[in-house]
Amino acid sequence: MMAKSVVWLLGLAPILWAGIRFATDGLGANPIEEALHLAGRWALVLLLTGLSVTPLRRISGWNRIIKVRRLLGLFAFFYACLHLLIYLGLDQGFAWSFIVEDVVERPFITVGAGAFLLLVPLAVTSTKGWIRRLGRRWQRLHRLVYLAATLGALHFYWKVKADTFWPLVAAMVLAGLLLARVPWRRLRRTKG
Amino acid sequence: MLIRKPKKISESEITPYEMYLDRRKFIGQAGRVALLAAVAPGALVAGDLTGEEAEAAVIGSQGDELTPFKHVTEYNNFYEFGTGKADPARNAGDFRTRPWTVAIEGQCERPGDYAIEDILGRFPSEERVYRLRCVEAWSMVIPWMGFPLKDLLAWVQPTSRAKYVEFTTLHDPDQMPGQRRRVLDWPYVEGLRLDEAMHPLTLMATGLYGQELPNQNGAPLRLVVPWKYGFKSIKSIVRIRLVEGMPSSSWNGLAPTEYGFFANVNPEVDHPRWSQARERRLGEIRRRPTLMFNGYADEVASLYESLDLLRWF
Repeated sequence: MMAKSVVWLLGLAPILWAGIRFATDGLGANPIEEALHLAGRWALVLLLTGLSVTPLRRISGWNRIIKVRRLLGLFAFFYACLHLLIYLGLDQGFAWSFIVEDVVERPFITVGAGAFLLLVPLAVTSTKGWIRRLGRRWQRLHRLVYLAATLGALHFYWKVKADTFWPLVAAMVLAGLLLARVPWRRLRRTKG
Repeated sequence: MLIRKPKKISESEITPYEMYLDRRKFIGQAGRVALLAAVAPGALVAGDLTGEEAEAAVIGSQGDELTPFKHVTEYNNFYEFGTGKADPARNAGDFRTRPWTVAIEGQCERPGDYAIEDILGRFPSEERVYRLRCVEAWSMVIPWMGFPLKDLLAWVQPTSRAKYVEFTTLHDPDQMPGQRRRVLDWPYVEGLRLDEAMHPLTLMATGLYGQELPNQNGAPLRLVVPWKYGFKSIKSIVRIRLVEGMPSSSWNGLAPTEYGFFANVNPEVDHPRWSQARERRLGEIRRRPTLMFNGYADEVASLYESLDLLRWF
């Protein structure tokens, strides 16, 4: 399927591009920070892309697009894992006392850790077998992605020092995608 | 896993660097002796310091490897040219540093507008190798060229009412694209207590690696205060004002709980959002412990004997 190939390309392009940059200029003066930020940014971008599938389907009526949603979510999880591993290993050198202090005392890390933990059960239950087994509960469980994306956007916003431009763009896109899910028509009907 | 391959380095990159190091060996001694006379006049008379101790006393960077020129000039926080680390090197190429005037104002005997050529001619530059510790927990080792700020201050003669020095960066959104967005309250301002400004380690930098200061590093004239976080070392200075009250400083104004006026490097006072106990020296993988006053405690700790460093971070 065409759409799926596009998602594979989109999902693999960032890490391939990072690899090329690493081989040519070593990812700049601070490669660990650069890799950490790249992985984090792509996790959030792919999460938001995944969240845009349903609104896009409703607007365009292109129903088969739903088939790429899982792949987008798994790629988002892949970059979130990379982000976490780079933080734990390369950035912090597995210095657990510092890591625990970070998670406990620094809200921006706390919410980042929370966002990651929320994604874990979603990735685990993304197989056909789990979808069948969980039935209607599957959908309810996977609504956790709204919270995960919100924490991810907050993590990004709290992280920057002064230039909040991109975190605000991410927050606005997320807000739009969440608002698009509010069943406005039904709300109006119950009111009237 | 990421495995770092040794980078291919072109011939043209190697030669100046090696030559530079050689050059340092030859002329370094002379400069160091002269500098030592300024920093520790007693030491020369007594002759009780070995060459190595003298170097440590003067440059405070003994055993620190210089950060490659490429990194020093391509990884910069200079928000006037953009908030990304690579933005300044990309956007500062056409920045005009001539003509350039520095206004010296306030509580001093010789206020006035001084052309940069006058300043550079009056105060001969010398070399100082300093560690630079950014508040973001990375660090570099940079061979600056410049002159002690105290020489300039001695020349303009602060009056008895002067207690602080305030510095201002150029405000010119046409040339500085970063100033077209209100990320910070432009122009960038910084300040030092007069005794900090008069400290022999406090440098007005005019160059690095033996050449004129690159635009992205704060040309044509910037401050370097090696025991404070990098944001205190204000770039592209157009005004120096001697004042009675504590001046405002840009980052302190933006987030007073995160960035203090003093901003002394202190591993025991964390930034609210990250630890300051360790830092990554650019080029290294493992973090190293951050030293009190960035390793310059012997030289500067006495300035803060009566100051609660937890409160006045």
